[in-house]
Amino acid sequence: MTATAPEITPEIVAEHGLSPDEYAKILQLLNRTPNLTELGVFSVMWSEHCSYKSTRVWLKTLPTTGPQVIHGPGENAGVIDIGDGDACIFKMESHNHPSFIEPYQGAATGVGGIMRDVFTMGARPVAMLNALRFGEPSHPKTKHLVSGVVAGIGGYGNCMGVPTVAGEVNFDPSYNGNILVNAMCVGLARTDKIFLSAASGIGNPVVYVGSKTGRDGIHGATMASAEFDDDSEEKRPTVQVGDPFVEKLLLEACLELMASDAIVAIQDMGAAGLTSSSAEMASKGDAGLELDLDHVPQREENMTAYEMLLSESQERMLMILKPGREAEAKAIFDKWGLDFAIIGRVTDTRHLVVKHKGQVMADLPVSALADENAPRYERPWLPTPKKPELAPAACPAPESYNETLLKMLGSADLASRRWIWEQYDSTVMNDTAQGPGGDAAVVRVHGSNKALAVTADCTPRYCLADPVEGGKQAVAETWRNVTAVGGTPLAYTDNMNFGNPQKPEIMGQFVGAVQGLKEAGLALGYPVVSGNCSLYNETNGQGIMPTPAIGGVGLLKDITRRASIPLKRWGDQIILIGETKGWLGQSIYARDVHGLKDHAPPPVDLTAEKRNGDFIRTRIEDGILDTVHDLSDGGLIVALAEMIMSSNPDDDIGSQIDLPEGVEPHAFLFGEDQARYLVALPEEASKKLLADARAAGVPAIRLGVAGGRHYRIGDLVWLDIPEMRAASEGFFPNLMAAPLN
Amino acid sequence: MKAAVVVFPASNCDRDAATALEYVTGRKTTMLWHRDSEVPRDIDLIVLPGGFSYGDYLRCGAMAAQSPIMKTVVERAKAGTPVAGICNGFQILAECGLLPGGFLRNAGLKFVNKPTPIKVETSQSIFTNKYEAGEIVHFQVANGEGNYFADDETVKMLEGEGRIAFRYQANPNGSTADIAGIFNETKSVLGIMPHPERNVEPIHGNTDGRRFFESLVSAVK
Repeated sequence: MTATAPEITPEIVAEHGLSPDEYAKILQLLNRTPNLTELGVFSVMWSEHCSYKSTRVWLKTLPTTGPQVIHGPGENAGVIDIGDGDACIFKMESHNHPSFIEPYQGAATGVGGIMRDVFTMGARPVAMLNALRFGEPSHPKTKHLVSGVVAGIGGYGNCMGVPTVAGEVNFDPSYNGNILVNAMCVGLARTDKIFLSAASGIGNPVVYVGSKTGRDGIHGATMASAEFDDDSEEKRPTVQVGDPFVEKLLLEACLELMASDAIVAIQDMGAAGLTSSSAEMASKGDAGLELDLDHVPQREENMTAYEMLLSESQERMLMILKPGREAEAKAIFDKWGLDFAIIGRVTDTRHLVVKHKGQVMADLPVSALADENAPRYERPWLPTPKKPELAPAACPAPESYNETLLKMLGSADLASRRWIWEQYDSTVMNDTAQGPGGDAAVVRVHGSNKALAVTADCTPRYCLADPVEGGKQAVAETWRNVTAVGGTPLAYTDNMNFGNPQKPEIMGQFVGAVQGLKEAGLALGYPVVSGNCSLYNETNGQGIMPTPAIGGVGLLKDITRRASIPLKRWGDQIILIGETKGWLGQSIYARDVHGLKDHAPPPVDLTAEKRNGDFIRTRIEDGILDTVHDLSDGGLIVALAEMIMSSNPDDDIGSQIDLPEGVEPHAFLFGEDQARYLVALPEEASKKLLADARAAGVPAIRLGVAGGRHYRIGDLVWLDIPEMRAASEGFFPNLMAAPLN
Repeated sequence: MKAAVVVFPASNCDRDAATALEYVTGRKTTMLWHRDSEVPRDIDLIVLPGGFSYGDYLRCGAMAAQSPIMKTVVERAKAGTPVAGICNGFQILAECGLLPGGFLRNAGLKFVNKPTPIKVETSQSIFTNKYEAGEIVHFQVANGEGNYFADDETVKMLEGEGRIAFRYQANPNGSTADIAGIFNETKSVLGIMPHPERNVEPIHGNTDGRRFFESLVSAVK
């Protein structure tokens, strides 16, 4: 087209991350050779990140429907009905590769991107969560990455004025070269004011709003779809730079315009920028779009069509307006000091036509870019071999329970995360009833008496040992955490972080995890409504642990009927709900104390999960329970320690418990059997609770009583509360204050 | 009391301040836009809310202090209309000269959000008359550049004139003399770095901030 256009060589095709087969398909779809700009468009649209080419066949098998689901996967975010005309819109998304290269901006723009996915649908973001995985604490890059990622998440979210209310963090050597930064945004809208992205109305104006376009982030989506090597730092220029100030203005301007009926369709410019947003809008609406890049607000000079189409500059949106509404819309964006430009029209050609300086730079049939024509692979996969069970005898009791417990409380995966969460504004918007540190966060639906319960969970070591059970467990743990605060779990979002899908054993992990997600979702009536895949999390051939991070959302009908972890009253009876077999395989105890990593993780009995959870939730709703903690990493001994440590420091409440007869003490205390909760309630009510549990077939045993200034378990454990707190609170400050090695 | 809250670009505690005021007064809060040049005559309390006005670019509060509305706010403050600046609002009041001192990055170089014990230094003000002098209350702090700085002479002057309103009991950001809030000469303008509006309702963990607004209601009208 232009005289200087380079010829498309196999090298150029390879540099665009397209395989020879994929290029052959492009030739066939176009019936001609693409020019460089068009090749760039295909390269991002067909990247793993945008096309889900390795995963779609499996993701399709997940349960995505239910009476509560308004929009499942396929939109910018999932939408569920929470009653009274209110909708909750949410999604989790990764920003792993950019965050490893440039942790502050990578994490910040991850937050900004997921917020846009939510407010582009008409929702005001009301809660942020994150799921973070770093390499081992002693790795030379870990501190730098932790510090940058946490500052980036806070820097963006705090400025936006959206509270960051929950999250999770793990450390493992498998993440040394590939950290995971998964951010989740939860928003609220009215069910009759939800905005979608399908372009329609021939002749309607295509409007660009938000920040100007620069050269940042070109080929970010392609980078996110490749493995790292030692030269990955050179990819720094493809990391985007965020401006939360502009995003805050964009949020307010969009919501103000959305209050009218001027918008036909709206789509944020995320990965693959203008290309992806315009192609998706045209494809969903079965329409064509004609864009003139001369009108795109530009931050840099002499940008080519290729650069403008592939730029991942942040804080931008594309809208289709109703005819004649341009002036009204422009006035709103002017008020907020944002660029507003009409850059094209909806056409009936079903082609995406891009002009620049009077020349047609790309003319592609939308169907060629659409999902149905994107590559789709049924990659070969190998099921993960089952691991043997770990017998308690092979994982003996500790010499000193006191020392072991203190060591565990101060360990990387169990220590208090206060150092992190105090850097996040968790209380802005004034609706946070339970912030970080609970089983799930509780955020009031503004102006009402109901609340959302939100949580993010995954136990990667379970997933590595058995992807099916691990996948089930990740979903079940979010369901349990939502339940533990009194919420009815409604739906979840998944963020599938895996290694290279072209390796059959890695693909097998993915297939197994999806199977687990599916089984849990079906059994619990808990569908997935949105999600994201991040593959190729490998450096020099070393992959991460399979990490299907799950973000769960539930509803509390009455915010005053909720439960939390801290012990609240002396004399409360401590009761264990759920069956304890003493499953030590893949427990933190087995891993950290005995170095045992090659055994089967705890099985997830979804029937028991549902029965036990429903029993707990009903009692919270009835006002019988206000003190509940789910049992997870570290087992019972750690869960009760957390209930003690979180009690009011001005009036420490300890616990005195004894073990039931006939149990193997260390397996009972450190085992990580699933579907269990600890509850504490006054003695009179506890009798009825035990009787009700018996009647409902829910295993329940009284362990002891809350009170005293110590943590005592039989004659095995006797610890001061300040000593426990010091161990738990010390880990992060000490790690981050230590000199770089 | 008819209260107004000013909205700057990227204010983000504007709604929180407005709803806290409405919760306490039962009256609708007027929202003022930074490009407005008028404050309605019947407004008898102006609140500058927290947030990241103008992205905190240049210097926190520096650009907001130059916005059209602030010219009027300064005039009204000088004429005696009560003005409360919370967090970013405190920074704006310092930048426009209604209050002395300035702000640095937090001593720990990190943003900090946590409930923080604060001592009410005086009950003799329109902002604090529902508290006891010396009382310890807990407000959320949420700031990255909340480290109040003033030279010795200024601190001595503030102390001598009884113009220190609140002091941290566990200084979260390195503020000079543990200062969390100060008054102007006539005690009609207050800057406070912590957020009393975040501790108003039972779901907020404590309701210590409610009396901040109740003090204003009882003093102003």
